Amino acid sequence: MGAWRVWRLLLRAQLREQPGRLALNVLSIALGVALASAIFLVNGAALAQFTGATRRLVGDADVIVRGPAGGFPEGLFARLARDPAVAVASPVVEVDAAIAGRTEPLPVRGIDPFRAGELQHALIEGLGGATRDLFQADGIVLSAAAATALDLKAGDPLTVVVGDRPTRLRVVGVMPKTAYSQPLGLMDIASAQWVFDRVGRLNRVDLRLVDGADAAAFRAALVGRLPAGVFPVAPGTEIGRAATVTRAYRVNLNMLALIALWTGAFLVFSTQSASVLRRRGSLALLRALGVTRGELRRALAAEGAFLGALGALIGIVGGAVLATAMLRVLAGDLGNGQLRVFGATLAWQPWALAGFFGIGVLVSAAGAWAPAKAAAQLPPAQALKGGAGDPAATVRTGWRLGCALGALGIALAWLPPVAHLPLFGYASIAALLFAAVSLVPTVTVALLRAAPRTGRVTLDNAIAQLRDNVGAATLSLASIIVSFSLMVAMAIMVHSFRQSFAHWLGKLLPADIEMRVPPNADTAFWNADEQRRLAATPGIARIEFRRTLHLALDGRQAPVTLIARDISRATAARVLPILRQSAVRAPPDPPPAWVSEAMVDRYGVTPGARLRLPLGGRWRTFTVAGVWRDYARSTGAIVIGRAAYAAATGDNAATEASLWLAPHADADRVGQALRARLGAPEAVQITTSTTVRARSLAIFDRAFTITYALEAIAVLIGLAGVAFAMSSTAIARRAEFGMLRHIGMRRGQVIAMLAEEGIILSSLGAVYGLIVGFGLSLVLVFVVNRQSFDWSIDLAVPLARLCLLGAILVIAAAVTAAWSGRAAVGGDALRAVREDW
Amino acid sequence: MSGGGAARAAWLAAGFCACALAGAPDRGTPDTRYATVDPALALAFPADFGSHPAFRTEWWYVTGWLHTAAHAPLGFQITFFRDRPDIWRGNPSAFTPRQLLIAHCAISDPKRGRLWRAQAIERAGFGLAQAATGDTDVWIGRWRLERRDGVYAGRCFGTDFSLSLRLEPTQAPLLNGSGGYSRKGPGENAASEYYSLPQLRVSGRVLRAGRSTPVTGTAWLDHEWSSSYLDQAAVGWDWIGINLRDGGALMAFRIRAADGSSRWAGGTIRTADGRTRTLQPGDVRFRPLRDWLSPRTAVRYPVAWRVHAGNRVITLEPLIDDQENDSRATSGALYWEGAVRAFENGRLTGHGYLELTGYGGKLRLH
Repeated sequence: MGAWRVWRLLLRAQLREQPGRLALNVLSIALGVALASAIFLVNGAALAQFTGATRRLVGDADVIVRGPAGGFPEGLFARLARDPAVAVASPVVEVDAAIAGRTEPLPVRGIDPFRAGELQHALIEGLGGATRDLFQADGIVLSAAAATALDLKAGDPLTVVVGDRPTRLRVVGVMPKTAYSQPLGLMDIASAQWVFDRVGRLNRVDLRLVDGADAAAFRAALVGRLPAGVFPVAPGTEIGRAATVTRAYRVNLNMLALIALWTGAFLVFSTQSASVLRRRGSLALLRALGVTRGELRRALAAEGAFLGALGALIGIVGGAVLATAMLRVLAGDLGNGQLRVFGATLAWQPWALAGFFGIGVLVSAAGAWAPAKAAAQLPPAQALKGGAGDPAATVRTGWRLGCALGALGIALAWLPPVAHLPLFGYASIAALLFAAVSLVPTVTVALLRAAPRTGRVTLDNAIAQLRDNVGAATLSLASIIVSFSLMVAMAIMVHSFRQSFAHWLGKLLPADIEMRVPPNADTAFWNADEQRRLAATPGIARIEFRRTLHLALDGRQAPVTLIARDISRATAARVLPILRQSAVRAPPDPPPAWVSEAMVDRYGVTPGARLRLPLGGRWRTFTVAGVWRDYARSTGAIVIGRAAYAAATGDNAATEASLWLAPHADADRVGQALRARLGAPEAVQITTSTTVRARSLAIFDRAFTITYALEAIAVLIGLAGVAFAMSSTAIARRAEFGMLRHIGMRRGQVIAMLAEEGIILSSLGAVYGLIVGFGLSLVLVFVVNRQSFDWSIDLAVPLARLCLLGAILVIAAAVTAAWSGRAAVGGDALRAVREDW
Repeated sequence: MSGGGAARAAWLAAGFCACALAGAPDRGTPDTRYATVDPALALAFPADFGSHPAFRTEWWYVTGWLHTAAHAPLGFQITFFRDRPDIWRGNPSAFTPRQLLIAHCAISDPKRGRLWRAQAIERAGFGLAQAATGDTDVWIGRWRLERRDGVYAGRCFGTDFSLSLRLEPTQAPLLNGSGGYSRKGPGENAASEYYSLPQLRVSGRVLRAGRSTPVTGTAWLDHEWSSSYLDQAAVGWDWIGINLRDGGALMAFRIRAADGSSRWAGGTIRTADGRTRTLQPGDVRFRPLRDWLSPRTAVRYPVAWRVHAGNRVITLEPLIDDQENDSRATSGALYWEGAVRAFENGRLTGHGYLELTGYGGKLRLH
């Protein structure tokens, strides 16, 4: 007869009888594929745009000599320019300029257009006729994105904040969009040095080497010749930085999206199993008519693959539509704020999309494979008679497989990350999930056997029914267990994260008022006089100033954040969320530094070890006095004493302050008084700590919105699966209901029995899901999170919320079961009984 | 008068442009004060071989004919411009563009049919680019024109060619105009200090596409500086500098108005016996004989001329037609600067250079 014709026959029958179920299968696969491909496309588009922009800034440079935010003496440029291996040397002043009235700084490059034109040709060409106008010391050319963001045009003034002074610049030109896609200001290097108070200093020298020079060897030779804190960076490192920094986050999102797909696979599995069960008569007939075991198996698997293909196709189209919308609304940023780009457009990535299509098909085919195999193996005679499989066999194989997978999952959780990605962590979760599903029959049988007789007819009947049909029960449970346990795990992880985050906020915001210059800008600060003036503001009991700046510790990794603040070994544990401390040692040990966990992960520093920091053009040694937890600076943060910092650099400036109010002082009034004492008040943020906390938590919650959304979708798919499994078994059991009615059970009693079955099943599922989810959450919290993000979180279980979720699940399942039973008991009891014989 | 005219005009335009933007407070206001040429002041060497940084523009312009060992003729040009932008001078940064240096380098090669050319531009500073005072020494990176012990050395490096030449004067400087004070227009304000060194004996090497050839030849050097070169009615000019075969030298120029008519003209003739005659505007007439249309820029240049200079009538034929020099990337100038043969009464009497500027319509403004 041939698998192909069998497939067509089966599919046609399915379409006629069960269009809704087929549609749900297709839809669940479509949803998973759509989410996964949309997230992938958005991240890809944003990253491509970001990388393209960086590539523009790097241009044809072979080596980028990069120094700290404070720069290095410009004599280095002249030395490099004279090196016989150097063909072109282009000096750069690089600042993120604070803009009056804006929280987002504007990246400004001070360049020599003639030298930069040799390296960043496409960018400099964008200056067009404005090159000469840049020689005027207040001239700045904006990229199209910057002009749009700041709402400026050529001829307009632009006020930047340098120190505590507003400084007026003039927009002398706007570059075309094609020259540079992201916000950027270009100034002449002389003007930039002067306006930003950096005369004599540079941040960067871009080099192109003479033909035939070995760039890697040149970089290696350069290392020893550069001042402390200045590193030769390979262009690839520079260009790939955005990708590196955001990779863990992107992979995590993709994994979340795949969870929806996965749940879809279990849905296909359970509905296919149910439908095989329901059709066992017709399937057996086909076998009896001469269809071989292999043909039947292939036909059923093809059915699954066909549904998968249909769903995946819809999913990919939907994903592209969704991605376009997300790019428009979110500017490519899916929550972590590091990939905000302007004008990212969807790139057609055929291979990736083909991959998602393939995953969709594969997952669906795999879901259909197991039931297909089971159906084909059943001897036709037995199946025709209506006997179920051997439950004991299901229990036995499930037990063995489940234990093996469980052991594997636990073992995988102990493995280290691969290239900063928790790949084994994800594998561990997958193994544990499969283990959990495999163990469902064993657990169900064990529990139901242990169940006592209650004496209530409906309940005892329900238990007996479930006990004798473990296979069917398992099927309806599989998808709900998968999605619910993942939701539980995710809920625990997010709750743990949020609790730890809130605790961390409390530690970092101990005062009444926080004030700071625009974050991420490196031009604004308060000097010693200004600090004294601020400290003398009436209504302040105490004020603590901090200096925050970016510091590159090597030429490969993104810069870390250095925080110079009032801190000592005695107060450290009080003012920082310290995790580990080294034994306190007095001088002559080098001064203490407290590092964030990312520093431990990325630079391998440990408590008690020495840490060398390039400060004031020299390497200074510190002792790592402790490790603290930091959720704000993903590339790493170091806290040192202000006095030690000032001694090393001569820099007394501050960028942030914490203020404690005097008794009865009014926060608003003090805020106004502080502003009155500032030269550029519009550039400074003054907020009560309560507001900062609330705002931070709101941002946190927003960042996880997409997580919650994906989770909810997965659970809905799971619930739909339960509904279909229930209704299909209910229909399969029409004869039984008929018999029960026949022997005197009322219709309502039968429905109640079904509802109770639903409650028992879903309670089992909920409790089981809670336990499995808790196990998974341990992997998420201590393996996946830790390895992805270089920070730890403390486990915290939101018991009440989880119980509520479980209750909702149980009620939903009961209602579904009762509803699906109504149809089955509606018919004539006698006819239903006869149907079975 | 000498080359780089279009370039120069563009700089002046850039100056106007900057002035138009003035009026903003503090740093934005340009306040550069330029020196003016003084007819009463005599040129003094070697100091006047060096740079005059107080003036707005200045150039050292070397053009000439070379012969390879195989007697193949080549034209060449090595030019350094100095430009002092009009900026606010208070910026203490060492990068402040107080002086810009621009260089053009080209070889006219009949075998190639067009120029080998290269250009460089940089701000003075850090010893990486500079125009020294006291004697000729101007450089941008490895590009350099330097006078030492009375002999010039010129070097320039393109991506696929380079020039390294020794240029030895055989005659005293030729002071153009009135003792070096050269007027450029009917008004008193348009003028420059201008001297020439004709009949320079050249030897050196030319590298083309990886092949190095020894060369010898004869060249012409112009050195000129000014703060107000052209009046506003001028759009461009035609200029020739011819080393006559008998040892004499001839320089002639005319400044064109928008309608193509001559606004001003001048020149100098030195005969073989060393006697010099300064040509007045009425003594010089330029008549085009033949046009060449640039396939790249669609600009039409008159590349063959009959020039009346005093009592001499000279017919000019280019070494090759395509000697267009597009240096819009550095100086904003699009011009024709090429080797020409000079004929009198059908007889070859000299070799030199012809410069044509302002034929590309309105110059691109910075």
